[in-house]
Amino acid sequence: MKAAEGIQQDELYKRTWDPFRQTLFRHGLHLTRGKTTILQVNVGLLCNQKCRHCHLGAGPGSVGRENMDSRTARAVIAYAERSGFETIDITGGAPELNPNIDMLIQELSHHTQRLIFRSNLSALEDGRKDDLIGLFQQKQVAITASFPSLDEAQADSQRGNGVFRKSVDTLRKLNRLGYGVAGTGLELNLVSNPTGAFMPGSQAQVEKRFREILFQKWGIVFSTLFTFANVPLGRFRNWLQEKGNLESYMERLTTRFNPRAVDGLMCRTLVSVSWDGYLYDCDFNLAKELCMGGSKTHVSEMEGPPVPGSPIAVDDHCYTCTAGAGFT
Amino acid sequence: MESYYKPEDLRKFQDIGLQASELAEKFFDYYTAVFAEGALTEREKALIGLSVAHAVQCPYCIDAFTQACLEKGSNLEEMTEAVHVVTAIRGGASLVHGVQMRNIAGKFSM
Repeated sequence: MKAAEGIQQDELYKRTWDPFRQTLFRHGLHLTRGKTTILQVNVGLLCNQKCRHCHLGAGPGSVGRENMDSRTARAVIAYAERSGFETIDITGGAPELNPNIDMLIQELSHHTQRLIFRSNLSALEDGRKDDLIGLFQQKQVAITASFPSLDEAQADSQRGNGVFRKSVDTLRKLNRLGYGVAGTGLELNLVSNPTGAFMPGSQAQVEKRFREILFQKWGIVFSTLFTFANVPLGRFRNWLQEKGNLESYMERLTTRFNPRAVDGLMCRTLVSVSWDGYLYDCDFNLAKELCMGGSKTHVSEMEGPPVPGSPIAVDDHCYTCTAGAGFT
Repeated sequence: MESYYKPEDLRKFQDIGLQASELAEKFFDYYTAVFAEGALTEREKALIGLSVAHAVQCPYCIDAFTQACLEKGSNLEEMTEAVHVVTAIRGGASLVHGVQMRNIAGKFSM
């Protein structure tokens, strides 16, 4: 597996914050699994964009071994079949670009109540993926799309020139097909990440404003909006270091540590499988190559979901998910 | 002292409550309430805060409200316009005193 960008430079940086594990200990907290109900499938690092906030360092150059092949895809499908996850969440890279994506959606839809597909929107824009969108409709796949900012300059600065316009066009196309429209059952959710080294605003307020402006300017509707803080890993960590922002960003995360957020963390109910079939406690641990529970396990070795009470691997990037209201 | 203003001093703001703690508590409670969403959104209040920060020329406030504006979803165009608003008022406040100058000049001139 390719190590995510930026990880090797950690040792060079002077750390001025307490290790996450120590903070948990100080608060008398133990981070262990509850009942695992979500399987996240990362099909690979291949992406048509090269976003500056990407924790994985995904991009157009990531071809070959960092993409899920049909053999691993079948192992993941078999795992889903024997485990009965309530939700399966497909991510990447741009999962649209994986050659096995149609098969994964077809098959995984039989083994879960809720299938989520994470899209950067631009990968669906050019019309060549209309059959895939048709499959989403047929299988009632929920689309969770990245849409960081209402401002074109901010969005393009994070995601690449022209991405904002393409994203707007794709959202309008998805609306025309019923996605995000009340009563159709076709869910279209947006994710807004800050376009820099700052925290996201209040989710409720950001959602309200996006709803107003997107409808007013382009007639766009959507189901729900989520705000997520950027995780200091991969390409985003490199950018923080280059700009001299890493220390202040980490301070921002660590001073917002909320012990009450720990109980609801997504890693307590989710297991993430990488493009080569190995398991992680979340997609961020995958980026950092911190294996599930600290030991390398292939999806084919698992009889079912991870056992409740099993340990969760942590490191300092975990402060992202415990900042403020938390990232669940 | 190399500089009167140090960015890290902003973090010590709460230390002002080590003395006169009741007054500090009242101030910080009031401050928090002022910037919470009300008839104005938090985003709008942050833009006003940014504007006033430039009027009072407080580097701590400019730092804090620039970041608050970004967090609340404002863009650089909106933030720049907010700074122009306060600049116009400050400039206008000087210029409107020209009327006083004209009144006095009129009184003493033939």
